[in-house]
Amino acid sequence: MASLKELKNRISSVKSTQKITKAKQMVAAAKLRRAQEAAEASKPYASRMANVVANLTASMGEGAGGPKLLAGSGDDKVHLLVVMTAERGLCGGFNANTAKAARLKIQELQGAGKTVKVITVGKKGRETLKGNFADLFIDHVDMTEAKNNYTPFALGLGHDLARRFEAGEFDVATLIFSEFKNVMTQTPVAKQLIPAEAPEEVETVDLGGAIYTYEPSEGEILEALLPRYLNTQILSAMLENAAGEQAASMTAMDNATRNAGDMIDALSLQYNRARQAQITKELIEIISGAEAL
Amino acid sequence: MSDKLHFSLVSPARELFSGEVDHVIAPGTEGEFGVLAKHAPFMTTLKNGVVRVLDGGDTTMRLFVRGGFADVTSTGLTILAEEAVNLDSIEAEQVQKDMDALRIEILEEGKDSGKHEALEEQYSYLESLKAALLH
Repeated sequence: MASLKELKNRISSVKSTQKITKAKQMVAAAKLRRAQEAAEASKPYASRMANVVANLTASMGEGAGGPKLLAGSGDDKVHLLVVMTAERGLCGGFNANTAKAARLKIQELQGAGKTVKVITVGKKGRETLKGNFADLFIDHVDMTEAKNNYTPFALGLGHDLARRFEAGEFDVATLIFSEFKNVMTQTPVAKQLIPAEAPEEVETVDLGGAIYTYEPSEGEILEALLPRYLNTQILSAMLENAAGEQAASMTAMDNATRNAGDMIDALSLQYNRARQAQITKELIEIISGAEAL
Repeated sequence: MSDKLHFSLVSPARELFSGEVDHVIAPGTEGEFGVLAKHAPFMTTLKNGVVRVLDGGDTTMRLFVRGGFADVTSTGLTILAEEAVNLDSIEAEQVQKDMDALRIEILEEGKDSGKHEALEEQYSYLESLKAALLH
C-alpha cells in the first residue's frame, strides 16, 4: 500500500492537472463562441454565392463546356487531396478522425489506380499522415499565424489551387475537413472543389418569364466567379474546421476535468483510509505498551 | 414611389446591410448603374468603387466595395463584395497610415517576391478607398 506521503503527492498532482484542463476547457468555450460567430457570419455570403453559381450554371446548360474550373480537365487520373486539420492537439479525436478519413480516401483512390497528391493544412494532419504518405505531400499550409483571420490563407490556397490546376498538376481536387454539425459532433467530410460541383440545395428565383441580362457575358462572369467560389468554399471549410476544433477541445477537456475529479475522489478516500489505519495502529501500540507495564 | 427595393450587401466576413431602400447606385465594370424596385433581372461584375444607397432622394449610406458581383432578381438586389467597408466608419488618416505601412512592406519585399502583385493590388485598393473618402 502506498504511503501517506505518496498519496498526498499524487492527489496534488492530479489537482493541478485538473486546474489546467479546466482552464483549457474555459478557453476553448470562449474561443468556440467566437469561431461559431465567425462561421455564422460567413454563411450569407457563401449561400448567396452558391445561389449565383447554381443559377449561372443552370442557364449555361449542360455540356456547354464553360470554364475549366467547372468543366474539369477532361481527365480523372491525378487526384489532389487537401486535408484540413488543426494546428494543435488536445482536442480529442478531432484530428485523428479527419486523418483517418483522408487515409481511407487515399487508399481508395490508389486502389482504383489513380495518382494521389496531398496538400495538408494544419500541422496535426501532416504529422499523422507523414508515416505512410510522406511521398505524396506536395505542399503544406501553416495556419499557426492565422489568429482568427483565415481570409488571407483561404485566398492564398485558392489561388494556389487554381494555378496548379491551370498548370495541369491535377485533374480533381477534393477537400477533406471536419463539418461542424454541433458542439458534440464533428464529422469528417470530403468535398469536391475542382471541377466545381454546382450546389444542390438552392432556391431558384422565379423570374416571371423575364430574361437575365449579363454584363459582361455569362461566360466572363462565370470565369470571374468560379475562382471566388473556390475561395469561398475553402474559407467556409476553414471556419467550420476552426469551430469544430474548439468544440472538440472543449468536450475533451470537459471529460478530462471530470475524470480528474473522479480520480481525486478515489485517491482522497484511499488517503483517509490509510490515515485512519495508521492512527488505529498507533493507538493499539500505545495501549498494548501500557498494558504490558 | 411606394415600391421599395430589397437590397443586401454581403462580404465573406459578414453581412453589412440588408433592408428596404429606394435606390442603389453601384459601380459595374461596364459603367455605373442604378437599381430601383422592379428592375429587370440583371447580373454584372463590379469594380472597386462606391455603392450609394438613396432613400427619399438623399444618400443615406456610402459603402466602398472591392470588386464583386451584383445580382438583380425579382426579389431584390444582392451585392457580393470581396471586401466592403462603410465609408462612415473609417477615417482617411487611418487609411493613409495603412498605405504608408504597405508602401514600406512593398519596398522591403522587393519586386521578385511572390507577394509583390498582391501587395500592389492592395495598395491601389487603399488608394481608391482614400480617394472615395475625401470625395
